[in-house]
Amino acid sequence: MCRGGRRLPGLIPVSGVVRSVAELVAAARGGERRAVARLLTLVERGGALADEVAERSWSALGGTPDESADGRRAHVIGVTGPPGAGKSTLVAGWMIRLVERGCRPAVLAVDPSSPLTGGAILGDRVRMADATAAGVFIRSIATRGHAGGLALAVPGMVRVLELGGFDPVVVETVGVGQVEVDVASAADTVLVVVTPGMGDAVQANKAGLLEVADLFAVNKSDRPDAADVRRDLELMLDLSGLTGHHREGVNDRPSITSTVATTGVGLGELADATETHLVKLSAAGILGARREERWRSEVRSHLDRLLLDSSHHLVNGLIRGSLMTGDAASYGTSPAAVARGLALLLAEQMTEHLDGVVEDDR
Amino acid sequence: MSKSPEEVGGFKNHPPIRVVLAKLGLDGHDRGLKVVARMLRDGGMEVVYLGLRQTTETIIDAVEQEDADVVGISMLNAGHLTLGPRMVGALADAGLDVPVVIGGIVPDEDLPALVDAGVAGVLGPGASADEVVACVVAAADSRG
Ligand code: B12
Ligand SMILES: Nc1nc2c(ncn2[C@@H]2O[C@H](COP(=O)(O)OP(=O)(O)OP(=O)(O)O)[C@@H](O)[C@H]2O)c(=O)[nH]1
Ligand SMILES: [Mg+2]
Repeated sequence: MCRGGRRLPGLIPVSGVVRSVAELVAAARGGERRAVARLLTLVERGGALADEVAERSWSALGGTPDESADGRRAHVIGVTGPPGAGKSTLVAGWMIRLVERGCRPAVLAVDPSSPLTGGAILGDRVRMADATAAGVFIRSIATRGHAGGLALAVPGMVRVLELGGFDPVVVETVGVGQVEVDVASAADTVLVVVTPGMGDAVQANKAGLLEVADLFAVNKSDRPDAADVRRDLELMLDLSGLTGHHREGVNDRPSITSTVATTGVGLGELADATETHLVKLSAAGILGARREERWRSEVRSHLDRLLLDSSHHLVNGLIRGSLMTGDAASYGTSPAAVARGLALLLAEQMTEHLDGVVEDDR
Repeated sequence: MSKSPEEVGGFKNHPPIRVVLAKLGLDGHDRGLKVVARMLRDGGMEVVYLGLRQTTETIIDAVEQEDADVVGISMLNAGHLTLGPRMVGALADAGLDVPVVIGGIVPDEDLPALVDAGVAGVLGPGASADEVVACVVAAADSRG
C-alpha cells in the first residue's frame, strides 16, 4: 500500500511551528505536554533523532546515564500482572489519588503489536478516562516487535517524562500470562497485580512473580475468594523468605495490599506502600545501583535488537544460499555442526552489515 | 490478511499511523467502532481505542498525549452534523493539525456540510477493510 507524503522525521511541526529537538527539550522541561508527546514519538521511532533526544535529555536532567544521584529523577514504577487483572483501572484510580496529593504523574501503557501486520489496538486508555480528566499524562505504546512485556523505547520514553517533570512515571506492561521480567530492569519499584479466580495461574508463575515483585496488589478483592489468594500469596512469600528468592537489596517481604480498583478501596494504601518502597530503596543505598543497572539493561536491549535484526536478515540469506545449494555440506551432516559452520559465516557478514546500519542511523 | 509490516507501513520502515478511535456523546453503538479498530490494526496502524461516551475534551487530551495522526469517530445516532464540525473545530482551536474521519449512519445529503466543515473522510455501513484503511491513510497523508 502506498503511503506517500508522510511527515519527514526531521521536521517537527507542532501547532504549525517547526521545532528542533533542542527547542522541544526546552519546552518539555518547561512542562509543555505537546512537546513531551512529540519527543516521545521521536524516541519511539528510534534512529539519530532518538539518540539526540536521549543525549539532550541526559544533560537537561543534569546527569549522566550511570550517575546515582536521584535529584531530578522520577520514581519509576512498573505494574505487571495477567491480562484483565485490573492493572489499568488500578493505575487510573491510584494516579488520581496522587494528583490529589499534589503529584504530577504520568503513565506509559504498553500493549502488544500484531506480529503479522505490525498494527496494534491500544486499549488501556478506556479505563483511564477519569485519570486523563484529572490531568494525568497517559501515553499508549505498542511493543513493535519487542518481547518481554515492554517496548524497546520504554526507558527512553521514561526519560522524556522525567524531563517533563512527571513523577512518578508508571509503566503498565502488556497483560501477560507469564509475568514478564523485563519490567524488573526498567523500574525502581515493581508492583504485581493478582486477582482471585487465578489461583492456579499465580501458583504456576510463582517463581516469576516472586522474582520481580517489590509489592503485590490483590485486586478485585470484592470477589469472594480474595482472602484465599492473599493467604496463598503470603504462604508463598514465607517460603521464599526461607530460600532467599526475593529481589536483591531489600530484605523485607514485599507488602501485599488488597484493592478494589473499580471503587477505589485500598488505593490510598497502595500509594503509601509504593512511596515507602522508594524511601527504603533510597535509605538502603541501592536506588542508584538499580538505576545504573537500568541503564545497562537498556544498552543490552538495544544491542539485542540490533543483532537480532541484522542476523535475522542474514540468516535468511544463508539458509537460502549455502544451505539450499548444498555448499554447507563441507560442515558435515549434523544439523548442529552445520549451524556452527554457518555461524562463522554469519559473524563475518554481520560486521559488514552492522557497519551499514550504523552509517544509516548517523 | 497476510501483508508484512513493510507492505502495510508497519514498524520496520515507516512508523505506523496512530489513530485515536472514539464515540462522541451518548451514542451506544460501539460494534462498528470495534470492527474498525481491528481493520485498522490489520492494516498496520496503531489504534488508540477510547471507546464509548467520549467528549471533544477527552479526545483532544488523547490526541495531544498520543501524538496521533488521525481522529476516527463513529456516529450512528444522527449527531454527526453537530458533533462532526464541533470535533474539527475543537481540534483546530487547540492548535492540533489532525484530520477527522467519520463513519456510521451519514445520509448522502449531509456529506457537503461535513466536507465544508473540514471532515477528511466519511464512510458508511458495509465499508470494506480496504476502504476503511485507505480512508484513514488518505486522511493521514492530507496533513502533508
Ligand atoms: C446493532 C444495532 C444496535 C445495537 C447496538 C449494539 C452495539 N453495541 O453496537 C442496539 C440494539 C443496542 C441498538 C440500539 C439502538 N439503536 Co441501533 N442499530 C443497530 C444496527 C442494526 C446495526 C449497527 C451495527 O452494529 N452495524 C455493524 C457495524 C460493523 O457497522 P457500522 O457501525 O455502520 O460501521 C461500518 C461503517 O459505518 C464504517 N464505520 C463506522 N464507524 C467508523 C469510524 C471510522 C473512523 C471509519 C473509518 C469507519 C467507520 O465502517 C464500519 C465497517 O463497515 C443499525 C442499523 C444499520 N443497518 O446500521 C441500527 C441503528 C444504527 N440503530 C438505530 C437506533 C435508532 C437505535 C436506538 C436509538 C433505538 C432503536 N430504535 O433500536 C438504540 C440506541 C442505543 C444507544 N444507546 O445509542 C438507528 C439509528 C437511526 C439514525 N442514525 O438516524 C439505526 C440506523 C436503525 C434504523 N434504521 O433506524 N442498535
Ligand atoms: N469486580 C472488580 N472488577 C474489576 C476490578 N478492577 C478492575 N475490574 C474490571 O476488570 C476488567 C479489566 O480491567 P483492566 O483495568 O482493563 O485490566 P488490565 O489488567 O489493565 O487488562 P489488560 O491491560 O488487558 O491486561 C474491567 O472490566 C474492570 O472494570 C475490581 O477491583 N473488582
Ligand atoms: Mg490494561
